[in-house]
Order: sequence, then structure tokens, then C-alpha cells
Amino acid sequence: MPGNPQLNANGELQHLLSTEGLPREILVQILDTAESFAGVTEREVKKVPLMRGKSVFNLFFEPSTRTRTTFEIAAKRLSADVINLNVAASSQSKGESLLDTVANLSAMQADVFVVRHGSSGAPYLIARHVKPHEHVINAGDGRHAHPTQGLLDLYTIRHYKKDFAQLTVAIVGDVLHSRVARSLIHGLTSLGVPEVRVIGPQTLLPAGVEALGVRVFHDMRAGLKDCDVVVMLRLQNERMDGALLPSAQEFFKHYGLTADKLALARPDAIVMHPGPMNRGVEIDSPVADGPHSVILPQVTFGIAVRMAVMSIVAGN
Amino acid sequence: MTKLPEAEALLPKLAAQLKARVTPATAMIGLHTGGAWLAERLHPLLGLKEPLGFMDIAFYRDDYAKEGLKHDPKRTRIPFEVEGRDLLLVDDVLYTGRTVRAAMNELFDYGRPRSISLVVLVDRGGRQLPIAAQYCGAQLEVPAGMRLRLKRAADGKLSLELERAG
Repeated sequence: MPGNPQLNANGELQHLLSTEGLPREILVQILDTAESFAGVTEREVKKVPLMRGKSVFNLFFEPSTRTRTTFEIAAKRLSADVINLNVAASSQSKGESLLDTVANLSAMQADVFVVRHGSSGAPYLIARHVKPHEHVINAGDGRHAHPTQGLLDLYTIRHYKKDFAQLTVAIVGDVLHSRVARSLIHGLTSLGVPEVRVIGPQTLLPAGVEALGVRVFHDMRAGLKDCDVVVMLRLQNERMDGALLPSAQEFFKHYGLTADKLALARPDAIVMHPGPMNRGVEIDSPVADGPHSVILPQVTFGIAVRMAVMSIVAGN
Repeated sequence: MTKLPEAEALLPKLAAQLKARVTPATAMIGLHTGGAWLAERLHPLLGLKEPLGFMDIAFYRDDYAKEGLKHDPKRTRIPFEVEGRDLLLVDDVLYTGRTVRAAMNELFDYGRPRSISLVVLVDRGGRQLPIAAQYCGAQLEVPAGMRLRLKRAADGKLSLELERAG
């Protein structure tokens, strides 16, 4: 593939497919733009006219309520028209191919496709076949990437910690199945976070994860020591093959975030979670609802970040 | 081409015009970036009660479809109630009028002001919309291919600069 499939000939963001390979300047541009949109979302009138007349198609081949909803809200706040397609329930079950579905929607004058798909790489395939004025945003593909979630995590960290240059960030739990973890790790290393740790049992960490530039810990207490940011991952029950873990209770005992484990991190540490949470599995309720938790602000920031991504790609 | 006026010399003239007519209840908003610099200088001279507001009209521009999103939009911050207020909108250079149109649209998403007056350091002509400044430091004829901009030096001094539009 010539160059970066996410960028156009001028080096601007044409599609958002992954945080991997995104130039640092574009990451910063997205975070800065999101900060301006955060001001809009705090107003009485939470809407700007920027994308009037543009159509955003939410193309979800895999069920998701939260991500689809935040994309829908973001598009509406940009004054775009939003069309939600639960593709899993319609075309696909009638045997239509992915590219035929997209070609049909393109004939309905789409400007932006927000794609979630169970297969890694599906948004790339679509991005290679859309017209030059059409843009693809990856809303999660298989185990590969979930770049807007990674970006909203970066936004949240910058909001509370101001600067990436001195931070220690720990990502805890089921890294193996987590596209969120992968997107966040690429973003953190691009923005110059000096220490990114992954904490989890051998069976839930991808082989060779060190190659991403992270330190691996199997002992959660050792891994949490002096962390500024703790990112808990959802234990992906529906992806679990069975043999990876003895039980959820056993997992909680070793890798669940409790107040006494969190006490090993820095006193001003923040706790994040991409949601939806399994309370009592990867995170204890008092921590999820406690003073270190920024889990709900993450959701709010996610709207501003998605507004930024949509308006940047649709304008390029 | 006429010689460019000194921005620092225009400032007191503009402030004098404003002082004659503005009440302390009036609020001021500077448009990023040049208008914000100008507003920061004018605001303390007028004894206004409300803190200064700042606006970036990036999300209200009429050329998004053609130009896309400006690279570094600043956050709009209006630290007072817009509803029912007399407002001064401050920009450095008035040209086509499109920025002011966008700014007024954004303002109305904050509330319904009682009035809006436009304050500019220089009116360079070339209007494309029916917009006029109520307070103006100088009028200049600038050819269409040129860009007239306000600059701020490290010591805070303002100056006007003419360059070829790229």
C-alpha cells in the first residue's frame, strides 16, 4: 500500500482507521479541536452548523449501543444528518457483500461512514473502495483497533494530567482481546509517554506485546506502583474461549482494581474504563464510583473527540 | 498604495470613540486571533464590569465545505450572560464581513443580545455582505490580492502588516 491509507496527498486525515501510524501532529490537532468542541457541549445550545447538509452513516455490523449513540450525538451536534444502520440485522443476513452494502449507501450520497465490524481490517477494505469525497471512521474492528476510544482516553489523560512527558500509565486486564488497549498504546507512545505498562495474566496478554513499547507485569501490585493513570479493561466474556481463565472471581482476586491495590498508585492517580464495566470482575464498585474515577467524564469527552474527528476528516 | 497606519496610534483614537458612548454594563468579545489582542488592550481602558470574552468562529465559517476545518480552533469562552446584553464585537480588520456574520451566528447560540456593535481597528473595504463597523480606527484601501493582518510583538506592541494572500 503506498503511504498511509489514512492520509490524503496533502498529509491530512482522510479516514480515521487506527491510531497506529498517525503522525503526532494529527493526534494533537484532534485533541486540540476536541477541546474547542468541549466548549460547545457545555453550552445551552449544544450544536454548531459546521456539517449542515452532510450525511453520516453509522454502519454497525456488530452490536453496540454506547459507541453508536456517541457517534450519533456527535454528528447531530455538528448539524449533520445521521442514518443508523443495524447492518447485522438486514443486508448481511440477506447475503449482500460488505462492498455492495457500502456501494448502495454511497449511492444515497454519504459523506462519512462510521464503521464497526467484527473482522479486523474491514474499515480498511471500505476505505480503499469509497469515493474521494467519502470518509471512513473506524468505530472498532475485531481485535484490531478502536481509534476514537483511544483518542478519548488520550484526551481524558491530557485533561487531568496536562502533559504526557512525565507519566506512567498502566493498562490492566484483558489486553489480548482489547482493540481499545492497542489503540491507546499506540497513541500514548506517539505522544511521548515515557512508561506504558500492561498488567495481566500471561493468557490475556498478546504474545510479543513488549514490541509495542510497553513494560509487562503479571503482578498487579508491582505494576500499579507509582502510576499516574490506571486504565482498566473490560473482561470480554463474550470473546472468551473458555480455557484462558479459571473464573471471574479468581480474576477479580488477582487483577480486579480495589481501593487497597489503587493505594499503590500515586495519590492523584486517575482511574479510567472504556465501559461497559463488569463491577466485581475487573473493578470494585467503590473504586468505580470513587474520587479517582473519571469514567463518566470519559463518556462526555468522547462526544467532543468524535465531533473533532468527524469534522476534520469530512473537511479534508 | 497608502502607507500603513501605526496600530498603536490608532488604539487611543478607537478607545476615545468607545468611551464616549459605552456604558459599564456593556460587555466585550474579541475574535481570535487579532481581534482578541485588540480587545485585550481596549477592555481595561473602558471600565467595563464584565470580564472579556473570546470567540473563535471556526465552527461557524461558511467555507468549511471548500476549505475544511481550520487547523487550530481556539475555544470560545464567554464568561457572562449574552441574553439581553449590549455587546461590543472586536476584530482587527473588517474586510468581506464573513467573519462577523459567522460571529453573530455563534453569539445567538449563547442567547439573544440586546444589541451588537462592531469595533475594528481598520476597515479595508471589499465588503461582500451588508455589514458595517460602528467603531473604526481607520479606513484604508487595500487591493484584493493582499492580506492585512494585525501582529503582536513579544513586548505586546501591536502593528499592522500587509502581505500577499497565499
